[in-house]
Amino acid sequence: MQPVIELDNLEVRLGERTVLNKLTASLTGRSIGLLGPNGAGKSTLINTLLGFHAPAAGTARVIGLDIRTRARQVRGLTGYMPENDSFIASMSGVRFVRLMAELSGLPQEQALERAHEAFFYVGLGEVRYRQIGTYSLGMKQMTKLAQAIVHGPKVLFLDEPTNGLDPPARKRMIQLIQEIRDHGDLHLILSSHLLRDVEECCDQVLILKDGQIAAFCNLEEERRANRKFLELETRGANGTFTAALAKLGCQTAPGAGGRIKLVLPDGVEIRQLYELAAQQQVQIRRIHCKRDSLEDIFFKAMEPANGRL
Amino acid sequence: MAVYKKTYRRYEGPLTPERQRFLVIPRYAFEEMRRSRFLNLFFLASFIWPLICALVIYLHHNLSALKLLNLDADKLIRIDAGFFLTYLGIQSMGAFFLAAFVGPGQVSPDLANNALPLYLARPFSRSEYVLGKMLVLVTLLSLMTWVPGLLLFALQGYLEGASWMAANLRIAAGLFFGAWIWILVLSLLALALSAWVKWRPAAGGLLFGVFFVAAGFGGAINGILRTRWGNLLNISHLIGSVWVSLFEEPMRRGAGAVFFRVARGEEIPIWCCWAALLGVCLICLFLLGRKIRGVEVVR
Repeated sequence: MQPVIELDNLEVRLGERTVLNKLTASLTGRSIGLLGPNGAGKSTLINTLLGFHAPAAGTARVIGLDIRTRARQVRGLTGYMPENDSFIASMSGVRFVRLMAELSGLPQEQALERAHEAFFYVGLGEVRYRQIGTYSLGMKQMTKLAQAIVHGPKVLFLDEPTNGLDPPARKRMIQLIQEIRDHGDLHLILSSHLLRDVEECCDQVLILKDGQIAAFCNLEEERRANRKFLELETRGANGTFTAALAKLGCQTAPGAGGRIKLVLPDGVEIRQLYELAAQQQVQIRRIHCKRDSLEDIFFKAMEPANGRL
Repeated sequence: MAVYKKTYRRYEGPLTPERQRFLVIPRYAFEEMRRSRFLNLFFLASFIWPLICALVIYLHHNLSALKLLNLDADKLIRIDAGFFLTYLGIQSMGAFFLAAFVGPGQVSPDLANNALPLYLARPFSRSEYVLGKMLVLVTLLSLMTWVPGLLLFALQGYLEGASWMAANLRIAAGLFFGAWIWILVLSLLALALSAWVKWRPAAGGLLFGVFFVAAGFGGAINGILRTRWGNLLNISHLIGSVWVSLFEEPMRRGAGAVFFRVARGEEIPIWCCWAALLGVCLICLFLLGRKIRGVEVVR
């Protein structure tokens, strides 16, 4: 599978400051999250991939195209929704999106048609002839999304897409992103400092801290793995119950107070544990699924060497 | 056009040639400008002087009309290099006002609204952006200066005969190149100021400042230091000198064009004028290069 983004010892300096420090990674997911605290280098990474910053050392590739030598082609394949307000206030929404489509190379008629479609798609169909300057913050965010997808990019960069949105607007934005991810033939790169946004939209996460890669995780695998680790609180369990669990193929580690930690093998369902407990007349009072959520992974990644945040 | 497809789909159709995409910017700019009544009236008014000039040329060659108006052809303005230089001076001053009105609206709104990342995140370079914006001014100013100028020259040549045309080709070249130099300097200055001053009226005012305040400052230097080199700060003097060299050298007769006077005894070497104008253009390009970026880096 061809990587969407390949970072090859990428280093970016702004003035004297090293903002991205020798990043090396190969990201293949359909939707990739860039996570990190403010100032970690998420936006700088996106800006570098778009060719706004020249790498001081190393390079990066977007769908196999080197950003140093083929920046124009890279920009032809990508859509970009910036973090800050970006628009032309005096233009009507549809005219602005049409302009952006034409700059991406769409002929006039197709650009106009796609601009209308994009506006309806993001739910702004009724206000598309109004000047962007009169839009609410949520509408402006949706307009930014419309201009990013109007030309049908292969890779979509979304920089903090839910910034400043109220809960219903945020929900709508997340739904749209999920819909684009699931139905569109494209890759999503979502940069956010909001764990929930990334967790809801992405299947791979690159966590940045101080311009370096702090962690990389495949959320899909994590979710799958989390389902296997269980902790049972039982009453009446004895060695026979543990042995029966082992017979099912579970790895077990009995603890104090009737607690049993176990790893569920493939093909064994939780229902079978209840059946076994019923046969052994053991009460299962509680089952904890180990939930090593993105939050845990994030905070673990943010921990410095001395263990203090 | 039916708007019924409310799902996301990729665009699979044809794309426009990359080298032509910068033309999208002037097309949108002209559509915007068409809505300004003031601009339309100003632009139309800018053709009054070329029409008067055409009338003068016509009268020069129409004896019955002269007789009817009881005019003597010799007493009318002579149709020579001075005539065309005066035409260019008046039209160029009109072009300056137009540039001061249109120029600031080119880059400053994009910067004020942070729209540059959206332009430059596409297969569209910084130079194409500047070229597109500049083309707006170049087109408007060309329509005001050298295009009617060459039409007047052609009219005079048609009425006077091919021999006059052949003998005065220098005037045509002067009109064309002289106007282009002015257009380039003016467009670059207007764009550079528009890029650095985000408030539109201030950018327009600054363009006047660069011309008139710098000229006044140059004059003060000349007066205090008893030198001519202060004229290097006077853009109208520099342009006037270049025009005189294009139209009249080596047989200089007049004192430059109206609004672009080059007083006798105050001339500076022509190569210095060229170098100063080149310097102005390079500074403008440098200023544009600093500001026209996808993201502004605060160091």
